[in-house]
Amino acid sequence: MTKNILLCGVGGQGVLLAAKLMAFAAFHAGFRVFTNEIHGMAQRGGSVTASVRFGDGEVLAPLFAAGEADLLFAVEHAEALRNARSLKPGGAAVIARQSVIPTTVTTGAAVYPADMEDRIRRVFTRVVYAPCGEEAARLGNPKLANTILLGAAAAFLPEIPRAAWDRAMEALIRPDLIDLNRNAFEKGLAL
Amino acid sequence: MRLLSGNEAVALGALRAGVAAAFGYPGTPSTEVLETLAKIGGDSLCCEWSPNEKVALEAAAGASMAGARTLTTMKLVGLNVAADPLMTLSYLGVQGGMVVLVADDPGQHSSQTEQDTRHYARLAKVPILEPADAEEACAVMFRAFEISEKYRCPVIVRTTTCVSHSRCFVEEPEQMERKSVHFEKDVTRWIPIPLWGRKKRIHVEERMKLQADEASSDETWNKILPGNDCSFGIVSSGVTALYCRERFPDHPMLKLAWSFPFPDELLRRFADSADRIIVIEEGDPILEEHIKSLGIPCSGKDLVPRCGELTPDRIEEVKNRILGKDPVPPADIPEASDLPGRPPVLCAGCPHRALFYQLSRFRDIIVCGDIGCYSLGVFPPLNCTDTMLCMGGGFTVAHGIAKSGESRKTVGIVGDSTFFHSGITGLLDVVYNQGNSLLIVADNRSTAMTGHQDHPGTGVTLQGKTTSAASIETIAKACGMERVYVCDPFDADKMQSILKDELSRMDSPALLISRAPCPLHQKKRGIVRSVDPGLCKGCGACLKCGCPAIGTTDGRHPVIDPAACGGCTLCESICRFSAIRPVG
Repeated sequence: MTKNILLCGVGGQGVLLAAKLMAFAAFHAGFRVFTNEIHGMAQRGGSVTASVRFGDGEVLAPLFAAGEADLLFAVEHAEALRNARSLKPGGAAVIARQSVIPTTVTTGAAVYPADMEDRIRRVFTRVVYAPCGEEAARLGNPKLANTILLGAAAAFLPEIPRAAWDRAMEALIRPDLIDLNRNAFEKGLAL
Repeated sequence: MRLLSGNEAVALGALRAGVAAAFGYPGTPSTEVLETLAKIGGDSLCCEWSPNEKVALEAAAGASMAGARTLTTMKLVGLNVAADPLMTLSYLGVQGGMVVLVADDPGQHSSQTEQDTRHYARLAKVPILEPADAEEACAVMFRAFEISEKYRCPVIVRTTTCVSHSRCFVEEPEQMERKSVHFEKDVTRWIPIPLWGRKKRIHVEERMKLQADEASSDETWNKILPGNDCSFGIVSSGVTALYCRERFPDHPMLKLAWSFPFPDELLRRFADSADRIIVIEEGDPILEEHIKSLGIPCSGKDLVPRCGELTPDRIEEVKNRILGKDPVPPADIPEASDLPGRPPVLCAGCPHRALFYQLSRFRDIIVCGDIGCYSLGVFPPLNCTDTMLCMGGGFTVAHGIAKSGESRKTVGIVGDSTFFHSGITGLLDVVYNQGNSLLIVADNRSTAMTGHQDHPGTGVTLQGKTTSAASIETIAKACGMERVYVCDPFDADKMQSILKDELSRMDSPALLISRAPCPLHQKKRGIVRSVDPGLCKGCGACLKCGCPAIGTTDGRHPVIDPAACGGCTLCESICRFSAIRPVG
């Protein structure tokens, strides 16, 4: 068994922490795990992708080919479309209903599509598409958006038991924020 | 077990193998090696950011001559800078084990070239080891030090971006004791004047033969992985070998980590085990050409792309080519065909934006840039850089254009860390040879692009100790530069007046230090700005500075995102209608 997950978003949105949380959870579930992240220029507001692979002995390397992802985790919806090719037929996607407007748009060189929801619905069939930012604000901290999405992702990763997710959060998140994140994770699971 | 990146694993491996001194210059994708080592190494370890890679390698050579195990770290192009000492050090040899960690960047994720460091191993005639993942990156350090000490020569450990930045869970190795240190005087050993250098030249060739034999029998690092289908066998190295193993599990494979000096005996043995040999290597056809030179027919770059990262996507294409299958066209997703690009931009509040914005108001100048965050000044809407060559090249290329007979004023820009890396010699050149360029140091008090490392001008060492801070203005004056200005780029009036004066002068050079700290590094924000819709005329001028915190819904009227605004005041200084003001 091998699971391939592609995570994407914009630099500064927390994609790398989400990838780390997934990696820890998969590790605590007893799997062999690889992750990869794009560094360098991408930090400066560029598109960011990370990959997580876990499974038994067959997993040898951190990257996989287009059309091989079991799950797409997108914290920005234009980036979800940009990386839609990574998904295998029948693969699932969890996508935050969130627009981060690039400077190419503010300077008038490009247009940010207005029909994002229609596009997402057309391209992704097994999808959780949720306004995670608004949900997070309701929980008291907009930064919980990714944890909500992570909960949604967990629903598509039944190989990882809930206890492993908890251990991952305990390892990587500040103790005083654990309860808030647990709540956010629950919220995402229920989406 | 710990989840480590390849870079972190190299640091852990080096530390556990008893490294005593480490030197380097930041460069993606290598930077985190030394940062990690400084964090985990403790006070008894010497861990230094050097002004440049040449200095780093020379310092490491000295420590190794004295018997210490040493590590030097750099990105691919850093080895160009450090190549001079490496070539001679190969002849001199070392006493304590010396590892030169070079991180290559196939696909040019953050590099100007895609050079293959394996060429340098051949040129310097030193062993090279290529770990494939973090687990191997940690373990390979022990082997690299061992080889270095056995043959008394430096060893290159080559990672690639994917190896440096991928993570897996790594078992922590036992701590080895450090070597005792005592510099043994021996002029015939440490001085390569021709009398002794010629003997060394012969020794180096003999050493390579012995190393090739040992590499052939090193079953830990150069292994034949079995496969039932012997219609073809694959030779590969680094992370590419892992992709190939996943995608060709039934074929025998020679997975090389100690790839040079070429393990000829092993290559011959493997060639006998399969009907056909296919070399799948990232970068240049180095293994392929060598295997062919042994008289072994093989395929390679006729099937495998030469340029770019060999990602699993491209290995799949190679697979189709090998199996004679038609290529699979990428899925057509019309919904993704017109998405706006998201190029990297200068951050909100970045002082470089202010400098470039001021500079962009002048026509008929030629701006020679350099390597760093400020490389982004080339992109619209700033459009403010005309050339970029290499570290330090900002000053010297400007000088060369000025001396060519070109009549327009030239401006050379380097960052503060780049100034100390290799900008000083360029400045000296401009002064000494009576150039007339305006030289600018975009001084944000940090090596920002690679993640805010300290440098000789910050007054802090890699291990967090306070030290003397070199003064750019004092250095410039000592070099004979007569007009030296220091100006905060957010002081728009002062900046404009200096630029106006200096850009119209063609008689002599000047230095302008555009100084304001990187707000990301300082973790300080100014007072957030907002737009007064009553005063805003929708002229769009503020949108032209390309700040990611300024958005617009209609292409004319700005909206400032309070969460993103750095409070830098640039947009406020641009607005002619006083419509942008501090919040509150």
